[in-house]
Amino acid sequence: MAYGEKVLDHYEHPRNVGTLDKSDPNVGTGLVGAPACGDVMRLQLRIDDDGIVQEAKFKTFGCGSAIASSSLVTEWVKGKNIEAAGQITNTDIARELALPPVKIHCSVLAEDAIKAAIADWKKKQLGKLDEKQTQAQSEQSLAEAVR
Amino acid sequence: MPLKLPIYMDYHATSPLDPRVLEAMLPYFTEAFGNAASRSHVFGWKAEEAVERSREIIGGLIGASGKEIVFTSGATESDNLAIKGAAQFYREKGDHIITERTEHKAVLDSCKRLEREGFRVTYLNVDKEGRVDPADVERAITDKTILVSIMFANNEIGTIQPIREIGAITRKRGVLFHVDAVQGLGKIPFNVDECNVDLASLTAHKMSGPKGVGALYVRRRPRVRLAAMIDGGGHERGMRSGTLNVPAIVGFARACELAQASMVGEAARVGQLRDRLEAGLTKRLDHVFLNGCKAHRLPGNSNLSFAFVEGEGLMMAIKDVAVSSGSACTSASLEPSYVLRAVGVDEEMAHTSIRFGLGRFTTEEEVDYVIDHVVEKVNRLRELSPLYEMAKEGIDLKSIQWAAH
Ligand SMILES: Cc1ncc(COP(=O)(O)O)c(C=O)c1O
Repeated sequence: MAYGEKVLDHYEHPRNVGTLDKSDPNVGTGLVGAPACGDVMRLQLRIDDDGIVQEAKFKTFGCGSAIASSSLVTEWVKGKNIEAAGQITNTDIARELALPPVKIHCSVLAEDAIKAAIADWKKKQLGKLDEKQTQAQSEQSLAEAVR
Repeated sequence: MPLKLPIYMDYHATSPLDPRVLEAMLPYFTEAFGNAASRSHVFGWKAEEAVERSREIIGGLIGASGKEIVFTSGATESDNLAIKGAAQFYREKGDHIITERTEHKAVLDSCKRLEREGFRVTYLNVDKEGRVDPADVERAITDKTILVSIMFANNEIGTIQPIREIGAITRKRGVLFHVDAVQGLGKIPFNVDECNVDLASLTAHKMSGPKGVGALYVRRRPRVRLAAMIDGGGHERGMRSGTLNVPAIVGFARACELAQASMVGEAARVGQLRDRLEAGLTKRLDHVFLNGCKAHRLPGNSNLSFAFVEGEGLMMAIKDVAVSSGSACTSASLEPSYVLRAVGVDEEMAHTSIRFGLGRFTTEEEVDYVIDHVVEKVNRLRELSPLYEMAKEGIDLKSIQWAAH
Protein backbone atom coordinates (compact mmCIF):
# COMPACT_ATOMS: atom_id res chain seq x y z
CA MET A 1 0.00 0.00 0.00
CA ALA A 2 1.34 3.41 -0.83
CA TYR A 3 1.17 6.03 1.89
CA GLY A 4 -0.11 9.55 1.54
CA GLU A 5 2.34 12.42 1.71
CA LYS A 6 1.01 13.78 4.98
CA VAL A 7 1.11 10.36 6.62
CA LEU A 8 4.72 9.99 5.55
CA ASP A 9 5.63 13.43 6.81
CA HIS A 10 4.14 12.83 10.27
CA TYR A 11 5.57 9.33 10.36
CA GLU A 12 9.07 10.43 9.52
CA HIS A 13 8.96 13.60 11.59
CA PRO A 14 6.49 12.88 14.34
CA ARG A 15 5.56 16.00 16.32
CA ASN A 16 5.41 16.10 20.10
CA VAL A 17 6.64 12.64 20.96
CA GLY A 18 7.11 12.16 24.65
CA THR A 19 5.79 11.71 28.12
CA LEU A 20 4.23 14.10 30.63
CA ASP A 21 4.03 13.36 34.33
CA LYS A 22 0.78 11.45 34.61
CA SER A 23 0.49 12.22 38.33
CA ASP A 24 0.47 15.96 37.61
CA PRO A 25 -3.09 17.18 38.35
CA ASN A 26 -3.04 19.37 35.23
CA VAL A 27 -2.14 16.48 32.94
CA GLY A 28 -4.85 14.34 31.38
CA THR A 29 -3.73 10.98 30.00
CA GLY A 30 -5.66 9.00 27.40
CA LEU A 31 -4.51 5.44 26.74
CA VAL A 32 -6.62 3.80 24.05
CA GLY A 33 -6.46 0.76 21.81
CA ALA A 34 -5.07 -2.66 22.63
CA PRO A 35 -1.82 -4.48 21.86
CA ALA A 36 -3.83 -7.44 20.60
CA CYS A 37 -5.48 -5.21 18.00
CA GLY A 38 -2.15 -3.85 16.82
CA ASP A 39 -2.47 -0.28 17.98
CA VAL A 40 -2.19 1.57 21.26
CA MET A 41 -2.12 5.35 21.55
CA ARG A 42 -1.20 7.35 24.57
CA LEU A 43 -2.05 11.02 24.37
CA GLN A 44 -1.20 13.37 27.23
CA LEU A 45 -2.47 16.92 27.51
CA ARG A 46 -1.37 19.60 29.95
CA ILE A 47 -4.42 21.78 30.44
CA ASP A 48 -4.39 25.04 32.36
CA ASP A 49 -7.06 26.28 34.75
CA ASP A 50 -8.85 28.07 31.91
CA GLY A 51 -9.24 24.77 30.08
CA ILE A 52 -6.66 25.58 27.39
CA VAL A 53 -4.38 22.82 26.16
CA GLN A 54 -0.86 24.10 26.82
CA GLU A 55 1.10 21.03 25.87
CA ALA A 56 0.40 17.74 24.08
CA LYS A 57 2.60 14.65 23.92
CA PHE A 58 2.04 11.23 22.44
CA LYS A 59 3.49 7.79 22.10
CA THR A 60 1.94 5.26 19.75
CA PHE A 61 2.35 1.57 19.03
CA GLY A 62 0.90 0.99 15.61
CA CYS A 63 1.20 1.32 11.88
CA GLY A 64 2.28 4.47 10.08
CA SER A 65 -1.26 5.80 9.88
CA ALA A 66 -1.77 5.35 13.61
CA ILE A 67 1.45 7.20 14.38
CA ALA A 68 0.57 9.96 11.92
CA SER A 69 -2.96 10.33 13.33
CA SER A 70 -1.68 10.79 16.86
CA SER A 71 1.08 13.15 15.77
CA LEU A 72 -1.44 15.25 13.89
CA VAL A 73 -3.85 15.57 16.81
CA THR A 74 -1.09 16.78 19.14
CA GLU A 75 -0.63 19.68 16.71
CA TRP A 76 -4.33 20.31 16.41
CA VAL A 77 -5.24 20.33 20.10
CA LYS A 78 -2.43 22.62 21.23
CA GLY A 79 -3.76 26.07 22.13
CA LYS A 80 -7.39 24.95 21.84
CA ASN A 81 -9.76 24.94 24.77
CA ILE A 82 -11.00 21.52 25.77
CA GLU A 83 -14.40 22.08 24.20
CA ALA A 84 -12.91 22.72 20.78
CA ALA A 85 -10.36 19.95 21.21
CA GLY A 86 -13.11 17.52 22.14
CA GLN A 87 -14.93 18.33 18.93
CA ILE A 88 -12.17 17.06 16.65
CA THR A 89 -13.60 14.04 14.86
CA ASN A 90 -12.12 11.05 13.16
CA THR A 91 -13.41 12.30 9.81
CA ASP A 92 -11.39 15.51 10.23
CA ILE A 93 -8.28 13.44 10.89
CA ALA A 94 -8.92 10.92 8.11
CA ARG A 95 -9.58 13.70 5.60
CA GLU A 96 -6.48 15.67 6.54
CA LEU A 97 -4.25 12.59 6.22
CA ALA A 98 -6.16 11.13 3.25
CA LEU A 99 -6.45 7.79 5.02
CA PRO A 100 -7.77 4.88 2.96
CA PRO A 101 -10.83 3.00 4.28
CA VAL A 102 -8.79 0.23 5.96
CA LYS A 103 -7.02 2.88 8.04
CA ILE A 104 -10.08 4.74 9.29
CA HIS A 105 -9.80 2.92 12.62
CA CYS A 106 -6.52 4.78 13.23
CA SER A 107 -8.32 8.13 13.08
CA VAL A 108 -11.11 6.78 15.31
CA LEU A 109 -8.51 5.82 17.85
CA ALA A 110 -6.95 9.29 17.74
CA GLU A 111 -10.35 10.87 18.38
CA ASP A 112 -10.88 8.47 21.28
CA ALA A 113 -7.47 9.40 22.67
CA ILE A 114 -8.37 13.11 22.80
CA LYS A 115 -11.65 12.36 24.54
CA ALA A 116 -9.99 9.99 27.01
CA ALA A 117 -7.26 12.52 27.86
CA ILE A 118 -9.81 15.28 28.47
CA ALA A 119 -11.97 12.96 30.57
CA ASP A 120 -8.94 12.03 32.68
CA TRP A 121 -8.12 15.70 33.23
CA LYS A 122 -11.73 16.46 34.20
CA LYS A 123 -11.69 13.63 36.71
CA LYS A 124 -8.54 15.05 38.22
CA GLN A 125 -10.14 18.51 38.41
CA LEU A 126 -13.06 17.06 40.36
CA GLY A 127 -10.53 15.37 42.62
CA LYS A 128 -8.82 18.70 43.10
CA LEU A 129 -12.15 20.29 44.06
CA ASP A 130 -12.83 17.53 46.56
CA GLU A 131 -9.37 17.97 47.95
CA LYS A 132 -9.87 21.71 48.29
CA GLN A 133 -13.14 21.11 50.05
CA THR A 134 -11.72 18.57 52.48
CA GLN A 135 -8.75 20.81 53.02
CA ALA A 136 -11.06 23.77 53.71
CA GLN A 137 -13.12 21.64 56.04
CA SER A 138 -10.14 20.39 57.96
CA GLU A 139 -8.76 23.92 58.22
CA GLN A 140 -12.08 25.01 59.58
CA SER A 141 -12.28 22.26 62.14
CA LEU A 142 -8.71 22.99 63.12
CA ALA A 143 -9.58 26.62 63.59
CA GLU A 144 -12.57 25.57 65.67
CA ALA A 145 -10.47 23.27 67.77
CA VAL A 146 -7.92 25.99 68.41
CA ARG A 147 -10.64 28.36 69.35
CA MET B 1 30.04 -4.16 -5.59
CA PRO B 2 28.09 -1.26 -4.12
CA LEU B 3 24.93 -2.17 -2.29
CA LYS B 4 21.81 -1.70 -4.39
CA LEU B 5 18.71 -0.45 -2.63
CA PRO B 6 15.99 -1.46 -1.95
CA ILE B 7 17.02 -4.91 -0.79
CA TYR B 8 14.69 -7.80 -1.55
CA MET B 9 14.13 -10.10 1.43
CA ASP B 10 10.71 -11.48 0.63
CA TYR B 11 11.63 -14.71 -1.18
CA HIS B 12 8.57 -16.54 0.16
CA ALA B 13 6.31 -14.20 -1.78
CA THR B 14 8.23 -14.55 -5.03
CA SER B 15 11.81 -14.57 -6.23
CA PRO B 16 13.71 -12.67 -8.88
CA LEU B 17 13.93 -14.45 -12.21
CA ASP B 18 17.38 -15.93 -12.75
CA PRO B 19 18.92 -14.36 -15.89
CA ARG B 20 19.80 -17.88 -17.10
CA VAL B 21 16.12 -18.76 -16.90
CA LEU B 22 15.17 -15.73 -18.95
CA GLU B 23 17.76 -16.65 -21.54
CA ALA B 24 16.29 -20.13 -21.90
CA MET B 25 12.80 -18.72 -22.27
CA LEU B 26 13.41 -16.02 -24.86
CA PRO B 27 13.50 -18.12 -28.05
CA TYR B 28 10.08 -19.56 -27.19
CA PHE B 29 8.51 -16.12 -27.34
CA THR B 30 9.87 -15.42 -30.79
CA GLU B 31 11.10 -17.93 -33.36
CA ALA B 32 9.83 -21.04 -31.52
CA PHE B 33 6.37 -19.68 -30.82
CA GLY B 34 4.40 -22.76 -31.84
CA ASN B 35 1.44 -24.30 -30.08
CA ALA B 36 2.57 -27.51 -28.41
CA ALA B 37 -0.73 -29.10 -29.42
CA SER B 38 -0.22 -28.44 -33.15
CA ARG B 39 0.53 -31.87 -34.62
CA SER B 40 0.72 -30.88 -38.26
CA HIS B 41 3.89 -28.80 -38.56
CA VAL B 42 7.36 -28.14 -37.29
CA PHE B 43 6.35 -25.13 -35.20
CA GLY B 44 4.13 -27.34 -33.09
CA TRP B 45 6.64 -30.18 -32.96
CA LYS B 46 9.36 -27.88 -31.68
CA ALA B 47 7.12 -26.51 -28.96
CA GLU B 48 6.00 -29.99 -27.99
CA GLU B 49 9.56 -31.19 -27.85
CA ALA B 50 10.49 -28.33 -25.51
CA VAL B 51 7.49 -29.08 -23.31
CA GLU B 52 8.25 -32.79 -23.09
CA ARG B 53 11.89 -32.14 -22.28
CA SER B 54 10.79 -29.68 -19.58
CA ARG B 55 8.39 -32.21 -18.13
CA GLU B 56 11.21 -34.71 -17.64
CA ILE B 57 13.46 -32.13 -15.99
CA ILE B 58 10.76 -30.87 -13.62
CA GLY B 59 9.73 -34.44 -12.76
CA GLY B 60 13.39 -35.30 -12.23
CA LEU B 61 13.73 -32.71 -9.47
CA ILE B 62 11.15 -34.56 -7.35
CA GLY B 63 11.94 -38.14 -8.42
CA ALA B 64 8.97 -38.39 -10.77
CA SER B 65 8.67 -39.13 -14.47
CA GLY B 66 7.65 -36.47 -16.95
CA LYS B 67 4.40 -38.33 -17.57
CA GLU B 68 3.33 -37.53 -14.03
CA ILE B 69 3.59 -33.76 -14.49
CA VAL B 70 0.42 -31.78 -15.30
CA PHE B 71 1.12 -28.15 -16.13
CA THR B 72 -1.00 -25.48 -14.49
CA SER B 73 -0.99 -21.72 -14.03
CA GLY B 74 0.67 -22.04 -10.61
CA ALA B 75 0.35 -23.70 -7.27
CA THR B 76 -2.99 -22.11 -6.44
CA GLU B 77 -4.47 -23.94 -9.38
CA SER B 78 -2.52 -27.11 -8.56
CA ASP B 79 -3.86 -27.11 -4.98
CA ASN B 80 -7.40 -26.61 -6.26
CA LEU B 81 -7.06 -29.35 -8.85
CA ALA B 82 -5.51 -31.82 -6.42
CA ILE B 83 -8.03 -31.35 -3.63
CA LYS B 84 -11.25 -30.69 -5.50
CA GLY B 85 -10.29 -33.04 -8.33
CA ALA B 86 -9.55 -35.94 -5.99
CA ALA B 87 -12.58 -35.23 -3.81
CA GLN B 88 -14.90 -35.24 -6.79
CA PHE B 89 -13.38 -38.30 -8.40
CA TYR B 90 -13.32 -40.41 -5.21
CA ARG B 91 -16.61 -39.19 -3.79
CA GLU B 92 -18.09 -42.71 -3.95
CA LYS B 93 -15.24 -43.97 -1.82
CA GLY B 94 -15.53 -41.42 0.93
CA ASP B 95 -16.25 -37.87 1.97
CA HIS B 96 -13.53 -37.08 4.48
CA ILE B 97 -10.38 -34.98 4.01
CA ILE B 98 -7.60 -34.27 6.48
CA THR B 99 -5.42 -31.15 6.41
CA GLU B 100 -3.85 -28.82 8.98
CA ARG B 101 -4.32 -25.25 10.15
CA THR B 102 -1.23 -23.56 8.73
CA GLU B 103 -1.77 -24.56 5.10
CA HIS B 104 -1.83 -21.96 2.36
CA LYS B 105 -5.22 -20.41 1.62
CA ALA B 106 -5.32 -22.26 -1.70
CA VAL B 107 -5.60 -25.49 0.29
CA LEU B 108 -7.75 -24.23 3.16
CA ASP B 109 -10.25 -22.44 0.97
CA SER B 110 -10.51 -25.40 -1.40
CA CYS B 111 -11.35 -27.53 1.65
CA LYS B 112 -13.87 -24.95 2.87
CA ARG B 113 -15.65 -25.08 -0.46
CA LEU B 114 -15.79 -28.85 -0.31
CA GLU B 115 -17.28 -28.60 3.17
CA ARG B 116 -20.07 -26.48 1.75
CA GLU B 117 -20.62 -29.23 -0.79
CA GLY B 118 -21.04 -31.84 1.93
CA PHE B 119 -17.52 -33.12 2.52
CA ARG B 120 -16.13 -33.34 6.03
CA VAL B 121 -12.72 -31.84 6.70
CA THR B 122 -10.46 -32.35 9.72
CA TYR B 123 -8.08 -29.44 10.36
CA LEU B 124 -5.25 -30.83 12.46
CA ASN B 125 -3.54 -28.65 15.01
CA VAL B 126 0.20 -28.09 14.89
CA ASP B 127 2.62 -27.81 17.80
CA LYS B 128 4.42 -24.63 18.89
CA GLU B 129 6.94 -25.15 16.12
CA GLY B 130 4.27 -25.55 13.48
CA ARG B 131 4.68 -29.30 13.02
CA VAL B 132 1.93 -31.81 12.51
CA ASP B 133 2.19 -34.94 14.63
CA PRO B 134 2.02 -37.92 12.22
CA ALA B 135 0.21 -39.85 14.97
CA ASP B 136 -2.57 -37.23 14.75
CA VAL B 137 -2.87 -37.91 11.04
CA GLU B 138 -3.14 -41.63 11.69
CA ARG B 139 -5.76 -41.12 14.40
CA ALA B 140 -7.84 -38.86 12.16
CA ILE B 141 -8.05 -41.35 9.29
CA THR B 142 -11.38 -43.16 9.05
CA ASP B 143 -12.75 -45.57 6.45
CA LYS B 144 -14.33 -42.50 4.81
CA THR B 145 -11.04 -40.62 4.42
CA ILE B 146 -9.97 -40.14 0.82
CA LEU B 147 -7.24 -37.50 1.04
CA VAL B 148 -4.64 -36.07 3.38
CA SER B 149 -3.18 -32.69 2.37
CA ILE B 150 -0.12 -31.48 4.31
CA MET B 151 2.38 -28.91 3.06
CA PHE B 152 6.10 -29.54 2.65
CA ALA B 153 7.23 -26.26 4.21
CA ASN B 154 5.26 -23.34 5.54
CA ASN B 155 5.32 -20.01 3.71
CA GLU B 156 5.33 -17.85 6.85
CA ILE B 157 7.45 -19.63 9.43
CA GLY B 158 9.32 -22.02 7.14
CA THR B 159 8.50 -25.08 9.23
CA ILE B 160 9.21 -28.34 7.39
CA GLN B 161 6.57 -31.01 7.97
CA PRO B 162 7.34 -34.68 8.60
CA ILE B 163 6.23 -35.61 5.10
CA ARG B 164 8.02 -38.95 4.98
CA GLU B 165 6.38 -40.16 8.19
CA ILE B 166 2.95 -39.00 7.08
CA GLY B 167 3.41 -40.59 3.65
CA ALA B 168 4.18 -43.94 5.26
CA ILE B 169 0.89 -43.74 7.14
CA THR B 170 -1.29 -42.67 4.22
CA ARG B 171 0.19 -45.38 2.01
CA LYS B 172 -0.38 -48.02 4.66
CA ARG B 173 -3.98 -46.89 5.12
CA GLY B 174 -4.72 -46.56 1.41
CA VAL B 175 -5.44 -42.83 1.53
CA LEU B 176 -4.20 -40.33 -1.06
CA PHE B 177 -1.49 -37.92 0.05
CA HIS B 178 -1.27 -34.41 -1.41
CA VAL B 179 1.67 -32.16 -0.61
CA ASP B 180 1.84 -28.44 -1.35
CA ALA B 181 5.58 -28.48 -2.03
CA VAL B 182 5.89 -24.87 -3.16
CA GLN B 183 8.16 -23.42 -0.50
CA GLY B 184 10.62 -26.28 -0.19
CA LEU B 185 10.91 -27.09 -3.88
CA GLY B 186 14.46 -26.70 -5.17
CA LYS B 187 15.66 -25.58 -1.76
CA ILE B 188 15.78 -28.86 0.12
CA PRO B 189 15.47 -32.41 -1.25
CA PHE B 190 11.99 -33.71 -1.97
CA ASN B 191 11.28 -37.11 -3.47
CA VAL B 192 7.76 -38.30 -4.17
CA ASP B 193 8.65 -41.99 -4.02
CA GLU B 194 10.65 -41.84 -0.82
CA CYS B 195 7.82 -39.91 0.84
CA ASN B 196 4.93 -41.84 -0.76
CA VAL B 197 3.40 -38.68 -2.12
CA ASP B 198 0.52 -39.10 -4.59
CA LEU B 199 -0.09 -35.47 -5.57
CA ALA B 200 2.29 -32.51 -5.25
CA SER B 201 1.75 -28.83 -6.06
CA LEU B 202 4.69 -27.01 -7.59
CA THR B 203 5.26 -23.47 -8.78
CA ALA B 204 8.13 -21.84 -10.65
CA HIS B 205 8.19 -18.31 -9.30
CA LYS B 206 9.39 -19.15 -5.80
CA MET B 207 12.55 -20.71 -7.21
CA SER B 208 13.73 -18.01 -9.60
CA GLY B 209 11.45 -19.17 -12.39
CA PRO B 210 8.69 -17.14 -14.07
CA LYS B 211 5.31 -16.36 -12.53
CA GLY B 212 2.10 -17.90 -13.78
CA VAL B 213 3.34 -21.43 -14.35
CA GLY B 214 3.24 -24.40 -12.05
CA ALA B 215 2.51 -28.08 -12.07
CA LEU B 216 0.68 -30.81 -10.29
CA TYR B 217 2.51 -34.08 -9.86
CA VAL B 218 -0.03 -36.90 -10.28
CA ARG B 219 1.23 -40.39 -9.43
CA ARG B 220 0.92 -43.06 -12.13
CA ARG B 221 1.72 -46.16 -10.08
CA PRO B 222 -0.57 -46.76 -8.31
CA ARG B 223 -2.59 -44.53 -10.57
CA VAL B 224 -4.26 -41.45 -9.11
CA ARG B 225 -7.33 -40.13 -10.91
CA LEU B 226 -8.74 -36.63 -10.77
CA ALA B 227 -11.84 -34.89 -12.02
CA ALA B 228 -10.77 -32.00 -14.25
CA MET B 229 -11.52 -28.47 -13.08
CA ILE B 230 -10.95 -26.86 -16.48
CA ASP B 231 -12.58 -28.48 -19.49
CA GLY B 232 -11.68 -27.87 -23.10
CA GLY B 233 -9.32 -29.33 -25.64
CA GLY B 234 -8.23 -32.20 -23.44
CA HIS B 235 -4.65 -31.09 -22.93
CA GLU B 236 -2.57 -32.64 -20.15
CA ARG B 237 -4.30 -36.01 -20.48
CA GLY B 238 -7.65 -34.34 -19.94
CA MET B 239 -6.72 -33.15 -16.47
CA ARG B 240 -6.13 -29.53 -17.46
CA SER B 241 -7.20 -28.14 -20.77
CA GLY B 242 -5.70 -25.02 -22.23
CA THR B 243 -2.86 -24.15 -24.61
CA LEU B 244 0.42 -24.59 -22.78
CA ASN B 245 2.53 -21.57 -21.87
CA VAL B 246 5.64 -22.89 -23.58
CA PRO B 247 8.18 -20.17 -22.68
CA ALA B 248 7.12 -20.28 -19.03
CA ILE B 249 7.33 -24.08 -18.96
CA VAL B 250 10.82 -23.95 -20.47
CA GLY B 251 11.78 -21.38 -17.83
CA PHE B 252 10.32 -23.53 -15.06
CA ALA B 253 12.45 -26.46 -16.23
CA ARG B 254 15.59 -24.32 -16.41
CA ALA B 255 14.92 -23.09 -12.88
CA CYS B 256 14.65 -26.73 -11.75
CA GLU B 257 17.96 -27.60 -13.39
CA LEU B 258 19.69 -24.67 -11.71
CA ALA B 259 18.18 -25.50 -8.34
CA GLN B 260 19.14 -29.14 -8.57
CA ALA B 261 22.73 -28.33 -9.50
CA SER B 262 23.26 -25.93 -6.59
CA MET B 263 20.84 -27.15 -3.93
CA VAL B 264 23.29 -28.47 -1.34
CA GLY B 265 25.65 -25.51 -1.50
CA GLU B 266 22.87 -22.95 -1.70
CA ALA B 267 21.00 -24.37 1.27
CA ALA B 268 24.16 -24.09 3.34
CA ARG B 269 25.01 -20.60 2.10
CA VAL B 270 21.52 -19.18 2.54
CA GLY B 271 21.20 -20.91 5.94
CA GLN B 272 24.40 -19.24 7.11
CA LEU B 273 23.20 -15.84 5.96
CA ARG B 274 19.91 -16.37 7.78
CA ASP B 275 21.78 -17.35 10.95
CA ARG B 276 23.98 -14.28 10.59
CA LEU B 277 20.89 -12.10 10.31
CA GLU B 278 19.29 -13.61 13.41
CA ALA B 279 22.50 -13.49 15.42
CA GLY B 280 23.09 -9.85 14.47
CA LEU B 281 19.57 -8.77 15.35
CA THR B 282 19.25 -10.66 18.62
CA LYS B 283 22.68 -9.54 19.78
CA ARG B 284 21.86 -5.88 19.36
CA LEU B 285 18.18 -5.83 20.28
CA ASP B 286 16.38 -7.20 23.31
CA HIS B 287 12.83 -8.61 23.22
CA VAL B 288 13.23 -10.31 19.83
CA PHE B 289 11.49 -13.66 19.52
CA LEU B 290 11.63 -16.39 16.90
CA ASN B 291 8.27 -17.55 15.60
CA GLY B 292 8.10 -21.15 14.50
CA CYS B 293 10.80 -23.70 14.53
CA LYS B 294 14.55 -23.46 14.76
CA ALA B 295 15.42 -27.05 13.88
CA HIS B 296 13.04 -27.99 11.06
CA ARG B 297 13.05 -24.83 9.05
CA LEU B 298 13.70 -23.67 5.50
CA PRO B 299 17.22 -22.24 5.25
CA GLY B 300 16.00 -18.89 3.90
CA ASN B 301 13.28 -18.27 6.47
CA SER B 302 13.35 -16.10 9.55
CA ASN B 303 10.14 -15.00 11.21
CA LEU B 304 10.84 -12.70 14.14
CA SER B 305 8.71 -10.67 16.51
CA PHE B 306 10.13 -7.34 17.64
CA ALA B 307 8.12 -6.77 20.79
CA PHE B 308 6.50 -3.32 21.30
CA VAL B 309 6.91 -2.37 17.62
CA GLU B 310 4.00 -2.93 15.26
CA GLY B 311 4.97 -4.82 12.11
CA GLU B 312 3.54 -2.55 9.48
CA GLY B 313 4.95 0.49 11.23
CA LEU B 314 8.35 -1.19 11.18
CA MET B 315 8.09 -2.10 7.51
CA MET B 316 7.32 1.50 6.72
CA ALA B 317 10.46 2.51 8.60
CA ILE B 318 12.71 -0.02 6.90
CA LYS B 319 11.55 1.01 3.49
CA ASP B 320 14.87 0.09 1.89
CA VAL B 321 14.20 -3.53 2.79
CA ALA B 322 11.33 -5.50 1.27
CA VAL B 323 9.93 -7.94 3.83
CA SER B 324 6.45 -8.88 4.99
CA SER B 325 4.60 -9.02 8.29
CA GLY B 326 2.03 -11.18 10.02
CA SER B 327 0.50 -8.02 11.39
CA ALA B 328 -3.15 -7.41 10.68
CA CYS B 329 -2.47 -4.08 9.12
CA THR B 330 -0.94 -5.62 6.03
CA SER B 331 -4.11 -7.45 5.11
CA ALA B 332 -7.55 -6.14 4.42
CA SER B 333 -8.99 -8.48 7.05
CA LEU B 334 -7.44 -6.72 10.08
CA GLU B 335 -6.82 -10.18 11.53
CA PRO B 336 -3.25 -11.07 12.33
CA SER B 337 -1.72 -14.14 10.70
CA TYR B 338 -3.64 -17.38 11.21
CA VAL B 339 -0.38 -19.27 10.92
CA LEU B 340 1.16 -17.46 13.87
CA ARG B 341 -2.03 -17.96 15.83
CA ALA B 342 -1.94 -21.69 15.06
CA VAL B 343 1.53 -22.00 16.56
CA GLY B 344 0.40 -20.23 19.72
CA VAL B 345 1.88 -16.78 19.11
CA ASP B 346 -0.52 -14.42 20.86
CA GLU B 347 -2.15 -11.66 18.85
CA GLU B 348 -0.05 -8.98 20.43
CA MET B 349 3.17 -10.65 19.31
CA ALA B 350 1.74 -11.54 15.91
CA HIS B 351 1.30 -7.82 15.31
CA THR B 352 5.03 -7.31 15.83
CA SER B 353 6.20 -10.06 13.46
CA ILE B 354 8.40 -9.62 10.42
CA ARG B 355 9.11 -12.36 7.90
CA PHE B 356 12.54 -12.24 6.31
CA GLY B 357 12.96 -14.41 3.23
CA LEU B 358 16.48 -14.92 1.92
CA GLY B 359 17.40 -16.58 -1.34
CA ARG B 360 19.71 -17.08 -4.26
CA PHE B 361 20.72 -13.47 -4.77
CA THR B 362 20.97 -12.46 -1.12
CA THR B 363 24.49 -11.36 -0.14
CA GLU B 364 26.35 -10.97 3.12
CA GLU B 365 26.58 -7.20 2.54
CA GLU B 366 22.82 -7.07 2.24
CA VAL B 367 22.36 -9.01 5.46
CA ASP B 368 24.72 -6.69 7.33
CA TYR B 369 22.93 -3.64 5.96
CA VAL B 370 19.57 -5.08 7.00
CA ILE B 371 20.82 -5.76 10.52
CA ASP B 372 21.99 -2.15 10.96
CA HIS B 373 18.88 -0.72 9.38
CA VAL B 374 16.44 -2.82 11.39
CA VAL B 375 18.26 -2.23 14.67
CA GLU B 376 18.19 1.52 14.13
CA LYS B 377 14.51 1.61 13.21
CA VAL B 378 13.34 -0.75 15.94
CA ASN B 379 15.10 1.45 18.47
CA ARG B 380 13.50 4.56 17.01
CA LEU B 381 10.02 3.05 17.06
CA ARG B 382 10.46 1.72 20.56
CA GLU B 383 11.16 5.29 21.67
CA LEU B 384 7.77 6.07 20.14
CA SER B 385 6.06 3.10 21.75
CA PRO B 386 4.01 3.55 24.91
CA LEU B 387 4.22 -0.22 25.41
CA TYR B 388 8.00 -0.19 25.50
CA GLU B 389 7.97 2.63 28.03
CA MET B 390 5.46 0.78 30.19
CA ALA B 391 7.43 -2.46 29.98
CA LYS B 392 10.59 -0.63 31.03
CA GLU B 393 8.71 0.79 34.02
CA GLY B 394 7.93 -2.76 34.99
CA ILE B 395 4.24 -2.61 34.15
CA ASP B 396 2.85 -5.99 33.15
CA LEU B 397 1.05 -5.21 29.90
CA LYS B 398 -1.17 -8.23 30.37
CA SER B 399 -2.49 -6.80 33.66
CA ILE B 400 -4.04 -3.82 31.89
CA GLN B 401 -7.69 -3.82 30.88
CA TRP B 402 -7.36 -2.89 27.23
CA ALA B 403 -10.47 -1.86 25.39
CA ALA B 404 -10.70 -4.00 22.28
CA HIS B 405 -11.76 -1.96 19.28
C1 LIG C 1 2.67 -22.74 0.28
C2 LIG C 1 2.13 -22.07 -0.94
N1 LIG C 1 1.19 -22.67 -1.67
C3 LIG C 1 0.67 -22.10 -2.76
C4 LIG C 1 1.07 -20.86 -3.18
C5 LIG C 1 0.44 -20.25 -4.41
O1 LIG C 1 1.30 -20.36 -5.49
P1 LIG C 1 1.04 -19.54 -6.84
O2 LIG C 1 1.50 -18.16 -6.57
O3 LIG C 1 1.92 -20.24 -7.83
O4 LIG C 1 -0.38 -19.65 -7.18
C6 LIG C 1 2.05 -20.19 -2.45
C7 LIG C 1 2.51 -18.85 -2.84
O5 LIG C 1 1.95 -17.83 -2.48
C8 LIG C 1 2.59 -20.81 -1.30
O6 LIG C 1 3.50 -20.19 -0.56
